Amino acid sequence: MLNDQTGKIGRGDILAFVTLRNERIRLPYFLRYYRDMGVHHFLIVDNASDDGSTAYLKAQPDVSLWRTEASYKRARFGVDWMNWLLRKYGTGHWTLTVDPDEFFVYPFCDTRPITALTDWLDTYDIRSFPAMLLDMYPKGPIDAVPYKEGQDPFEIACWFDSGNYTISKNPQLHNLWIQGGPRARMFFAHKPQAAPSLNKIPLVKWERSFAFTSSTHMLLPRGLNTVYDEWGGEKASGCLLHAKFLSPMADKVTEELERREHFAGSREYKAYARMLSEEPELWCKWSEKYINWRQLEILGLISKGNWA
Amino acid sequence: MSIGFIMMCHTALDRAAQVARFWATNGAPVVIHVDKRVPDREFNGLRAAVADFDTISFSRRYKCDWGTWSLVAAAQAASEQMLARHAEVRHVFLASGACLPLRPVQELVDYLDARPYTDFIESVTTAEVDWTVGGIDMERFTLRFPFSWKKQRRLFDRYVHLQRRLGLKRKIPAGLVPHLGSQWWCLTRQTLSAILQDPERPTYDRYFKKVWIPDESYFQTLARLYATSIESRSLTLSKFDFQGKPHIFYDDHLQLLRRSDCFVARKIWPRAERLYATFLSARQEAESTAEPNPAKIDRLFAKAVERRTKGRPGLYMQSRFPLLDRENGKTSAPYSIFQGFSDLFENFDGWLSKYVGARVHGHLFAPGRAEFAGGETMFNGCLSDSAKLRDYNPRAFLTNVIWNSRGERQCFMFSPRDTQDINWFTATDPNAQISVISGAWAVPLFRSNENFATIRAEAARLQQLELNHLSILRSMYVKARVRIWNMADFVENPMEPLQTIIDEISPRATRRLTEAPQMVDLTGFGQFLQNLKNQGMQPRLMGDFPVGGDPRPNASRRGRPYLVK
Repeated sequence: MLNDQTGKIGRGDILAFVTLRNERIRLPYFLRYYRDMGVHHFLIVDNASDDGSTAYLKAQPDVSLWRTEASYKRARFGVDWMNWLLRKYGTGHWTLTVDPDEFFVYPFCDTRPITALTDWLDTYDIRSFPAMLLDMYPKGPIDAVPYKEGQDPFEIACWFDSGNYTISKNPQLHNLWIQGGPRARMFFAHKPQAAPSLNKIPLVKWERSFAFTSSTHMLLPRGLNTVYDEWGGEKASGCLLHAKFLSPMADKVTEELERREHFAGSREYKAYARMLSEEPELWCKWSEKYINWRQLEILGLISKGNWA
Repeated sequence: MSIGFIMMCHTALDRAAQVARFWATNGAPVVIHVDKRVPDREFNGLRAAVADFDTISFSRRYKCDWGTWSLVAAAQAASEQMLARHAEVRHVFLASGACLPLRPVQELVDYLDARPYTDFIESVTTAEVDWTVGGIDMERFTLRFPFSWKKQRRLFDRYVHLQRRLGLKRKIPAGLVPHLGSQWWCLTRQTLSAILQDPERPTYDRYFKKVWIPDESYFQTLARLYATSIESRSLTLSKFDFQGKPHIFYDDHLQLLRRSDCFVARKIWPRAERLYATFLSARQEAESTAEPNPAKIDRLFAKAVERRTKGRPGLYMQSRFPLLDRENGKTSAPYSIFQGFSDLFENFDGWLSKYVGARVHGHLFAPGRAEFAGGETMFNGCLSDSAKLRDYNPRAFLTNVIWNSRGERQCFMFSPRDTQDINWFTATDPNAQISVISGAWAVPLFRSNENFATIRAEAARLQQLELNHLSILRSMYVKARVRIWNMADFVENPMEPLQTIIDEISPRATRRLTEAPQMVDLTGFGQFLQNLKNQGMQPRLMGDFPVGGDPRPNASRRGRPYLVK
């Protein structure tokens, strides 16, 4: 542990839990985005960064920092670290578990802070809130426009796929399994079942007995996974805008491939490496340009449910 | 001042203090009831925050639980204190700590001055309410409820059930007609004091102590005994959703609240800084005598409830994934499926798109790729034409096509050669219009240059597939608009069925079909079918094509289409 500021956590604070490695350039905007949203404290596991991320995070007033040189893969892709922190510090709090390239968007997020959402969820005794991963990409080659520190990544990667998602229900844990988007159509068209999962449940009012089972895709107990209505109605939901397809992409892919620390033999990263060597373009003429959450709601990617 | 406010508080006491100060500053006396559960430290904080007003006082504190008598007891005590201490008060307004005044106090006073003997209390008989929690309405008044609904739900339900089974009923005191309504009222001194000083009050109180949610019925029922003029509505704008939870107002509701002309609104989110700052600031606005008009807000919340309970038809997403047959709309809009047409006619999709205002695709479920209109490789929503992606989840593919192109009707070709996995889905979808020329799949075989053994095997395969599809389309579960012709009948008279289909797709276009699509040359088709028979395969779906009697298109005899459902 490098910097323990968990003593600053107050009752009812919203806590963010993050695992990262070498994300220095992205951190300033990431922290600012979630501070503005109303997150009070960040609990971050730094997995052996060597790009200055550690020093930067150590200097932040609202970050508690842990560092580990251990294997990301052997910690079940960071889930074990997150579960441990969540159990120790998250119990009784609303917790938001995100990656440094994931930006949470929820209904009314431009006018209401995240505590408005969590207060509202509390009145209904709702303990978990879904936000599917929405892959964002630029127009043109991914590495064409360099990302500058502090910049909103969605100034560059502002496009997304609006309607090519497929859903099925996991009979064991009752969570929905969502696939699709640019990664499915570009990298997994020959093998759709291997396309990455996009379903996520990042916002949870944590209790001691809870645990993420696979990234933030699903939880135990499984009642937390039924964040959808089965009788025709819509429950409230949000999105995680995913700033993955953003420079410096090529370097990151090479590095991650060398580390071999990712899911399913890093098949995802192998596919990226293949495509990146051909300067791919994820953009197509049906790509949708991101405006705001209302647009996502109209497109049917998120819902206000009965929050008005 | 002719109005006094009672405030029932249990959380966000800083906001309660702000509102109390606002009312007191504008000359209205305030009596505050604070839940006994609130820690002394917070209670003393509130006391200190309003200590500079002698018109703000605190009433006896009760431990308040939702749906119990304690809330009525607290309101009674506060009302008695208000009437005793402030002789000038004519109307008593019951509010909560999460209420926010939207208009200047003076406007409310003027409004009440113009209606000095009117009691504003929502009060309706049980037969007329549809918003009761747990499906218990009249039984609120005739059963006993010793268990908490929130904390002891199982005991609550069991005890209700037991009483129902044994037929136990309480007697309603003579003269009382049970009424229900919002617990936020504004009563005149006359009515309120009559309720509080009634010699029968001990009887009534004893009775209501065991009624369920008495705060929604005690004053609402008793006011009916004494009031001379009841306006059965609340002056407090307060909306409940389908689970009986109050809707909450946030900063972004500012304009909506301002235009509603309501006097008081609840529930306000305690951290809605802008709402509190705006409505509690001293304003120099023209005096308004407008009637409260919450219609717009009603609509907003009604829509929210509809979204939560019914949702958007045909939408499948992370928080709406309906069970089979609970979809409330399997797809989002009507669409048309043509089976056999592209086999029998040359360039049928080109012809069709001339006559209907719709997007006409080729075979969306073709084995090679999804044949989007215009030969495109991508479609709305970034749908890919990859057959693998499509066949990974054909239902999602179809519902995505329809959802992504909302506002434009979709038509596509279908055949036994295509992926068959959606057949049950489309047959049971009321949005589908399915037209089938049975047996037409044989035409491409007839014109192909394959070995006859291959053709024979393929014909048998396709026939079996179409038979399976037709048996679905003829089952009792069909909800789609299905029409089936055999090929022979259709060939004899194609115009009438085509006109019927097209009229249904665009009912407002009264244009008659002037030109039939170009039928392929069927000379020798009868012989082809005979050859299949001779090879031991029985073509059963084409109808009657006699050997040598090659059909003449547009013959005078009219085939009769038949309609399944």
